[in-house]
Amino acid sequence: MMAPDPTTPGGSLLVLAILLPCAGIILSFVLGGRNAERVALGLTPFGFALACAIAFHVASAGKPVVYALGGLAPPLGIALRADGVSAVMLVAAAVILTAASFYARAKFATPEGAPESRIALTFWIMLQAIWAALTIIFVGGDLFNLYVALELLTFAAVPLVCIDGRPETLAAALRYLLFALFGSISYLLGVALFYGAYGTLDIPLLAQKVQSTPIVWMAAALMTGGLLAKTALFPLHLWLPPAHANAPAAASAVLSGLVVKGSFFLTLRLWFYVLPALPAAGAANILGALGSAAIIVGSVLALRQARLKLLIAYSTVAQIGYLFLVFPLAMGAHVWSDIGWSAGVMQILAHAFAKAAMFLSAGLLAEALGHDQIARLGGAARALPMTFLTLGLGGLSLMGLPPSGGFSAKWLMLQASVASGQWVWTLPVLAGGLLAAGYVYRILTPALSEGDIVLKAPPKRSREAIALGLALIALALGFAPQGFFDLLEIGRPLAAGTLR
Amino acid sequence: MSPWVLAGLVGAALVGLGLYGLILHPHPLRKLLAFNLIGSGVFLVFGIVARRGAAAGFSFDPIPQAMVITGIVVAFAASALAVALILRLHAESGRVTLDPEAWTKPDDGAAKS
Repeated sequence: MMAPDPTTPGGSLLVLAILLPCAGIILSFVLGGRNAERVALGLTPFGFALACAIAFHVASAGKPVVYALGGLAPPLGIALRADGVSAVMLVAAAVILTAASFYARAKFATPEGAPESRIALTFWIMLQAIWAALTIIFVGGDLFNLYVALELLTFAAVPLVCIDGRPETLAAALRYLLFALFGSISYLLGVALFYGAYGTLDIPLLAQKVQSTPIVWMAAALMTGGLLAKTALFPLHLWLPPAHANAPAAASAVLSGLVVKGSFFLTLRLWFYVLPALPAAGAANILGALGSAAIIVGSVLALRQARLKLLIAYSTVAQIGYLFLVFPLAMGAHVWSDIGWSAGVMQILAHAFAKAAMFLSAGLLAEALGHDQIARLGGAARALPMTFLTLGLGGLSLMGLPPSGGFSAKWLMLQASVASGQWVWTLPVLAGGLLAAGYVYRILTPALSEGDIVLKAPPKRSREAIALGLALIALALGFAPQGFFDLLEIGRPLAAGTLR
Repeated sequence: MSPWVLAGLVGAALVGLGLYGLILHPHPLRKLLAFNLIGSGVFLVFGIVARRGAAAGFSFDPIPQAMVITGIVVAFAASALAVALILRLHAESGRVTLDPEAWTKPDDGAAKS
């Protein structure tokens, strides 16, 4: 069989992008202790540069960058493939992981003279493991390979949840792990059915072959169900709030901003890249309905939380709901599909940056005040102006007020629902925005009111700046030029086998 | 009934039993065992899938078997991680429950970083 897509120029960058964090993990493990931090921080500029180089290659070539492992083309070999969305996600992951790493130095650094701790070693290794797993998820071209990456992501994320060893964090981590295990085994069964039906797991080859048969629908349902459990879509969201709210702030930012997006990314891969040929309007509407329910339920629960970090975690449940509106709004080859697709990816990015910024700020706030009870925030904005500026700007993007990435995402969603005549999806988008305004004001109102506040320790200016920087990126996304949206379209199949 | 149909049915039954246990049993260790039951069922299905190579003249298709081995390694690692968490949870608190109510303190809002 001829090679359908052999290695393209720049393909080896994909291998390097995966190898770099993996080498970092091994090096951190061997050198141990205080060196793990140096390795993890030292790798960040290189990881960022690689992600940018891949994005540059994809944008300049106008087609996906491909690497066939071992020189063997699929179906015999396994391909790595970076298209427009992968490239953008790689860069976003690099920025957020870099920000989280430098933010985490205050908590997980091992200064000269201090004893080395297992907590610090675990943190730095798991952070690099998340980077490696996310990179494989973003560039993987084979469904089984992606299964392994999904598991790596879980195994790296679970220890971060319970890193401080308190019993409630251990219980949260265990719950997360059990949900994730159900998700991955369900995904794996779907993979087995696909392989049994078509004898290949390479995404483009599978896309050419799939037909609307019961086995394909069964496999798609199993894989989607599994991925929903990992993405914490309502009603499978129960594990997320305790897990994300109890982790250290730097870990929460990565878990909420990036890790749940990993499994969502695979859901996109499944429906838009493997199954574009299926008449999937029904499935898309189910996913959209679950997403709408998540928006409402997540926002209402966020309104009722007493703790800031739990409020932000429930807000993640709601914002994940928005992501699933991409299925009814972008599925199929319609004139409005491009708008829906841009909206979905914009929502991933805007939420990733805004939520990471908010979790980092919440961490600073909890360290400065010694608690994160919303009712006791009176006067806190005067004591911590920069932290609350970040919370407010992040909240701006969550609400969808202009100018912000969140506004662009929601505006595009509204446009797509009107253009497609599916006006029903405008309701959750608008209601979610109002509810988000409600829970953001719940944080800001007590903080801006009068009150005496005693700071245990003022936060470091540099850490506040990191969080603010992420919030500003979330706002800057609102000014994304048309070229950015064109990049997102590179490599997206319209129907079976046709690439644009 | 041919052996592979029987094996497929057994696989399906294992997945069903495991799913039942995973959802209904409250104790994490039982949930973990149920997960392993599902895993066995899925691996059995992979075994049946390997028969598709028979059409091409092989006695079996080696790729699903390679996937099963990877799957077993992953499931083993996952089980080890879960058992470690369960043991640690018991050592730290003396009880093993996933009920979120059990971990909510009256002053929920203590210092967290």
